[in-house]
Amino acid sequence: MKENGSNMFDAIASPAGLITLLSVFGLGALGALVVRAFDHVANFWTAAFAILGSLWGMLFAGSIFVTHHEVAMKVATSSFSGFSVAMHVDKLAAFFIFVISLVAFFCSIYGIGYAKEYYKRFSIGALGFFYNMFILGMLLVVTSFNGLWFLLAWEIMSLASYFLVVYDRTDRKNVKAGYVYLIMTHVGALALLLALALLYHYTHSFDFDGIKAHIAAVPHLALAAVFGLSLFGLGIKAGVIPLHIWLPSAHPAAPSHVSALMSGVMIKTGIYMMIRLFLDIMGPAPLWWGIVVLSVGAVSSLVGVLFALTEHDLKRLLAYHSIENIGIILLGLGSALIFSALHRPELVLLALAAALFHTLNHATFKSLLFLSAGSVIQATHTRNIEKYGGLMKLLPATGLFFLVGSMAISALPPFNGFFSEWLTFQALFGGIAHAGGSAQWVFVAAAASLALTGGLALACFVKAIGATFLARPRSSAARHAKESGFSMKTGMAGLAIACLAIGLAAAPVTRLLQTVSREVTGLSGVASTLHVSGSRTLVVGDHGAVVSGPAVALLLLLVVVLVWAGVRYGVYRRQKVMTGPTWDCGTDLNERMEITATGFSQSIIRVFKSFLLPTLHHAVERHEDENPYQIKSRTVSMQIRDMYQASIYRPLYRLIGMMSRSAEWIHHGNLSAYILYIFAAIIIVLAVGA
Amino acid sequence: MAHYLLWMIQIALVPVVAPLGIGIINKLKARMQGRQGASILQSYRNLRKLLHKDEVIAKDASWIFRVAPFIVFGVTVLVGASIPLFSSMLHLPTSDLLMVVYVLAIGVFFLALAGMDTGSAFGGFGASREVTLGAVAEGVLIFSVLPLVILGGTTNLVVLATGVTSGYVHHLIPILLAAFGFIVALLAEAKRFPFDNPDTHLELTMVHEAMILEYSGKRLALMEWAAANKLFIFSALAVNLFFPFNLISSAGLGQVMIGVVVLLAKMLVVYVGIAVLESLIAKLRYFRLFHLLFVALILSVVAIGLVL
Amino acid sequence: MVNIVTKIATTRKRVVPKRTIIETPDEVLKLGKDLQQKIGRLFSGSLAIREVDAGSDNACEHELTALTNAFYDVERFGIRFVASPKHADMLLVTGPVSRNMAHALKVAYDCTPTPRLVVAVGDDAIDGGIFKGSYATYDGVSSVIPVDYAIPGDPPSPTTILRSLLGILEDLEGKRQ
Repeated sequence: MKENGSNMFDAIASPAGLITLLSVFGLGALGALVVRAFDHVANFWTAAFAILGSLWGMLFAGSIFVTHHEVAMKVATSSFSGFSVAMHVDKLAAFFIFVISLVAFFCSIYGIGYAKEYYKRFSIGALGFFYNMFILGMLLVVTSFNGLWFLLAWEIMSLASYFLVVYDRTDRKNVKAGYVYLIMTHVGALALLLALALLYHYTHSFDFDGIKAHIAAVPHLALAAVFGLSLFGLGIKAGVIPLHIWLPSAHPAAPSHVSALMSGVMIKTGIYMMIRLFLDIMGPAPLWWGIVVLSVGAVSSLVGVLFALTEHDLKRLLAYHSIENIGIILLGLGSALIFSALHRPELVLLALAAALFHTLNHATFKSLLFLSAGSVIQATHTRNIEKYGGLMKLLPATGLFFLVGSMAISALPPFNGFFSEWLTFQALFGGIAHAGGSAQWVFVAAAASLALTGGLALACFVKAIGATFLARPRSSAARHAKESGFSMKTGMAGLAIACLAIGLAAAPVTRLLQTVSREVTGLSGVASTLHVSGSRTLVVGDHGAVVSGPAVALLLLLVVVLVWAGVRYGVYRRQKVMTGPTWDCGTDLNERMEITATGFSQSIIRVFKSFLLPTLHHAVERHEDENPYQIKSRTVSMQIRDMYQASIYRPLYRLIGMMSRSAEWIHHGNLSAYILYIFAAIIIVLAVGA
Repeated sequence: MAHYLLWMIQIALVPVVAPLGIGIINKLKARMQGRQGASILQSYRNLRKLLHKDEVIAKDASWIFRVAPFIVFGVTVLVGASIPLFSSMLHLPTSDLLMVVYVLAIGVFFLALAGMDTGSAFGGFGASREVTLGAVAEGVLIFSVLPLVILGGTTNLVVLATGVTSGYVHHLIPILLAAFGFIVALLAEAKRFPFDNPDTHLELTMVHEAMILEYSGKRLALMEWAAANKLFIFSALAVNLFFPFNLISSAGLGQVMIGVVVLLAKMLVVYVGIAVLESLIAKLRYFRLFHLLFVALILSVVAIGLVL
Repeated sequence: MVNIVTKIATTRKRVVPKRTIIETPDEVLKLGKDLQQKIGRLFSGSLAIREVDAGSDNACEHELTALTNAFYDVERFGIRFVASPKHADMLLVTGPVSRNMAHALKVAYDCTPTPRLVVAVGDDAIDGGIFKGSYATYDGVSSVIPVDYAIPGDPPSPTTILRSLLGILEDLEGKRQ
């Protein structure tokens, strides 16, 4: 029996398994195009193949972990020696395949009900095609093992997501978000191409194993350039500050299940490549790389959450929180890089496990939040939080799932977010205690930013839940909202259960992630500061820092139930609980008197006003002809100055505009001159190439 | 057998003694105002009366309003049992610094949501102020304990409390600086002067009280009791982490009594200090509080620097 | 700061002793039906009062404010003033209930959880007092909400109010002569 079982896993953890995985999504994509004339059929075809593919993906990833195989495939062409379709699935890639599949599974279930909103308006077949191609692209990215093939997969992923971002093309803002996204992602791809080209120049190979074998041949300056370029390119995809400006516009523009995938998984592919490049391929990293990554992470987490607090568009708020959580993941990754430079392998494993755990957790709770937000938006037809209110009674299931997601993202036990933040804190504290000199103070600053971020994220989600679900409805759209359908609720419920389950299973998951870290960094024989004792407890260090997922969940449940039972039945059993008015000092309370999201965040905006630079504009319109002293209307607008747009990007646009205008003289329309240009270009290329 | 008795005392100590602490503070404040003041057992009478009253719940409130008091109170009972009080032998899986901070944050989360749930203007801005203060105070809290974490090499509170005694005199200055930072964070989290006035009737100046304005009967009793518990928890942490000389390591009855008595004596010092502070200074304007918190953060960073 | 502390320590406390309060005549009027025995035992150690100004001329408010000062000190009897009717056991209503305040008074009454008491303080609150017959008032609190006790006076002195509150508590316990 056991032999059969292990044979089955062996059979799945093979090139055949990988091909099957990719083909399912490919078939889903092509098939959706074929049946695009029939909305319903296209929707079900897309969802069915995506669900099957995700299930197969989770099975495949599980098989890799069970059998400890590494799946490798390579198809090389003789004519172009650098390029080959090379794929390699080791434990790190298998972990990312699992994360992608887990999120895609629930998003696809959700999408069945969600896509009904687009029937008759847009092509469901196109939605299905790009959706499956998007997931396929992500899977290709994490399994690729050749630089050029990687860039091709990256491009597939970016283009598919571009078309999904501009899917609802009737809204001008979506179109604009789409082309900002397209430009930025291609700038990033260009940086990555340059980095790979530099590596090729010294190692004469685009294959990752080839680069790794000859990495010693690359001089330090070139390595530093590769680091900078790849951090830039991958940072754009991951959404680190200050390369983030595409993220808050593009993620909200896409349909909600796609936003969930983009925020939950696509930005993690940037993290995957960073781990692959910095820890695996480019060998032992120098200290300054880790310090740079750690600082970038600290800044991203704090700035991300501060901007999220100022938002009152629900999906933009969630998008900024993605930036914050990428910052937290980079805190773990940066710590791992610093520890590896300081030759502290036991701490490397702790920090990398923390980063990977947070990747998994963020994928689950962020997609849960986006799916719930999509449910709210579909019910009320607006993204503006100020128009919501009182939805907890009308959308009880959505409200509950959003609450679970918020508790997970605010790192409240017993959900999964707490355990990955705990591990990240332990890594940072380890750094403060054991790193020497200046690195210690970077760790102190990083710990300060993480501590602040945790509290500010909680504040932001209290605001989001309070303004959306509690009190009274603030618009007629909110008054007439209806709960979502079965498939949407199932998708959200699955992710909510996953958040709780991963929290309860924090210990076994961490043990698994340590195995992944050992493999990536090559530190197989080393004892780690992080031990997993039994199946329930995480232990860090030798002095007893211990947490346990099931124990804290059980204790919390026990205490709350005992308190409830004791108070309800132990004292004054015949208590009458009556419903009455809200105490409003006797005035008539209407929905305009409850706190709004803008009002809620005013305290925090004023505390951080030297960073956020809030402005207030007062515009008054008077009745000029009749009576200039009588006011017709008064408008107050409050804004936050987006300093990245103002000080980095607008000057950059102006510079590029200036450069383009000065080169305009080339476009004079003279056909003969154009032919001369082509001729000159060919001569130059042939001369240089010879 | 003795172990069970120890655990019973550990679990019951915080909820049973906390209202007495509030009574002592109120009595001392009254005396300093020249009044006679209510008896020190008044809080118990108030809680008993509230537990026997009916309730009026706003019709706009959802299930979060009804559930929140049980969660808020339950969380303080759990944390009260997890922190080092009088014995170094009693650990729970929740005895970790970060676990304590985030479990208490669950309470803040639900309290703020309950404040917003009824749709009254007071609860809304009370919630806004509470989470803003809480966000920064949480950072100061973690950072003020960080010098001890570095010295002790762990975030387990019970181990930290026992470990500080060795080398105490050597690290006296950073420990005192960190204790100051912790006390500022204590006042912020427990909502005492200069952060919040627990006796005020002016809703525009309320932080904690604004969120419980809509509660009545049993749920109000739980909320007020939870606030008393929180003050006790933070004071116990302050005295046991920074001046930990009373943690017993055996289960003998005499030792336990001495441990509990010394703990209560140390807590009395803290409570008297809070009462005197509340009688002598005024509440700070809300946005100046963050200057105070950032000063506490900087002092904690200085303490970390001295320890490294 | 040293000055203030020494001043606090050296100032003599001059609180009105309980004996003096008990010796003033008990003039409180009982307007409501007999409330259950249990309420007396419930409120005797801890009474939370919400004060409602239903259009009064502030004379009674001045006297009520004096209750919490260092001279009369109502807190020593376990009686305190609270910020919301949902926290309160007793509504202390002053004023003849102007038309503008009638709705607010009703809402405050609805928000007070049972078991609850309503006490009308001052002649205006009992039957309209000097405003009796005016078009702008309801001539007393009992026209708007049911009243259990009344404290006459225009305004009653703090000692009278204190004596009346203690008398009400005695009555609830069934100990009043």
